Amino acid sequence: MPALLSFLRLILSALRDLAPIILVIGFFQLVVLQQPFPNLLPIVTGLGLVLLGLAFFIQGLEMGLFPLGESMANAFAHKGSVAWLLAFAFALGFGTTVAEPALIAVAAEAAEAAAQADLIAADADSRATYALGLRYTVAVSVGVALLLGVFRILKGWPVPVLIIGGYVVVVGLTFIAPPEIVGVAYDSGGVTTSTITVPLVTALGVGLATALGGRNPMIDGFGLIAFASLTPMMFVMLYGLAY
Amino acid sequence: MPPATSLAIDLVDTLWSTVLDVAPILLILVLFQVMVLRQKVPHLRRMILGFLYVVLGLDLFLVGLEMALFPLGEIMATQLTDPAFIHGAEGAEAARGADGVRWRDYLWVYAFAAAIGFSTTIAEPALIAVSLKVTEVSGGAVRSGGLRVAVAVGVSIGVALGTMRIVTGWSLPLFIVIGYVVVIVQTAFAPRAIVPLAYDSGGVTTSTVTVPLVTALGLGLASSIPGRSPLLDGFGLIALASLFPMITVMGYAQLGALVARRAARRPDGRDPRQERDQP
Repeated sequence: MPALLSFLRLILSALRDLAPIILVIGFFQLVVLQQPFPNLLPIVTGLGLVLLGLAFFIQGLEMGLFPLGESMANAFAHKGSVAWLLAFAFALGFGTTVAEPALIAVAAEAAEAAAQADLIAADADSRATYALGLRYTVAVSVGVALLLGVFRILKGWPVPVLIIGGYVVVVGLTFIAPPEIVGVAYDSGGVTTSTITVPLVTALGVGLATALGGRNPMIDGFGLIAFASLTPMMFVMLYGLAY
Repeated sequence: MPPATSLAIDLVDTLWSTVLDVAPILLILVLFQVMVLRQKVPHLRRMILGFLYVVLGLDLFLVGLEMALFPLGEIMATQLTDPAFIHGAEGAEAARGADGVRWRDYLWVYAFAAAIGFSTTIAEPALIAVSLKVTEVSGGAVRSGGLRVAVAVGVSIGVALGTMRIVTGWSLPLFIVIGYVVVIVQTAFAPRAIVPLAYDSGGVTTSTVTVPLVTALGLGLASSIPGRSPLLDGFGLIALASLFPMITVMGYAQLGALVARRAARRPDGRDPRQERDQP
């Protein structure tokens, strides 16, 4: 019974999370565009599924992803092998990014843009090669980001210095990279971090900072996601320069 | 096809692609666990069950969004950016003749952009995850609701400015560089403990819910305005949506610190924030 009750509470809080979207869509549809809702049944069914899905996700987060990230962070901290930890961080970043559907979509669009701008030949082959190269570039960049981010936690280097330094590099690259790639590069930073990666990586960072001792998890545990959003911008512009 | 059957097919299809998504993560986790760490995992059963819940939850979530929200949101984005809606049925020709895009004609588009940016961020599962973690780590000092609203306000500003930029044709790098300067200045003054989290919140915001709707809006807008190419001008919304949450999250913390300082100067020395928090 208590399990059922707590699940009901999750459904209720999911409803609260969704209320703004429902209000916005309803307002624009009825008041601004002044159109009736087409076919309410799928909308209501769909919303029901979204609520249920969100509740399951949160439940699974607390049971699975968070403890998993933390226990691995703990195990690595106690094992004391920096090389393996860094290898793990790189593999996690690369592996979660290379197959990311959002990235595949963005890479295809970028190839399209490059073909239009005559940076590459307009045939399907060279577009596919370009898109694939871009995907691997972004995946490597996220791997490097997590590797650096974890190394930073070990060393206790300050996040702001590294991130701001990264921004300066991004701004510098903006001036020399082909203009067609700049928009894609900026957007690629946002698409890399998926819904499953974020909780896992956050738990890993916080877990490491906690297990190492002498660290403040707020200051040292966060920042991995920020690195993973920054390096793709750099690497994609470098890719545009190299191509 | 009866709707129930097609729903079942959708669910299985999406489940398969979610599993494919998770497979590399799982592979890496298992590989390192078995080959390198070789330690017993505490509560293994519960953890596996939790992992299954996450996959199942994402599946239901995505299929539901696909059914209920995305089609409607995308149609709305197209309708709102349609010249006939923006200039009125007769005005469309006249506006085209005048050969000028007047940014003020697009007020409803900016409003929609801001509203959809805010509301999709509140429902973003990855942000819920991070805010849960933050509440736990900070011992409740950073409140989960406050953080999420701060991020949502940032996304809302970012997307609205992004649509305005597409309409006016202002340069994207200029926006980004000015945004970075603001971030750097704020970093110097914001409470130290919030800074890494603020940087993270930029990357967290844009995933499952926000990206499809915002992308549809950007593409619709860029293709409906003469002289804009969807490929070259449709980009940049996500970038701005990841930039502004950094500013608003640090701003939120600065505001909190300011209120606390004010309270400390009050003769009775009580923090008005804490008073409000007590039930």
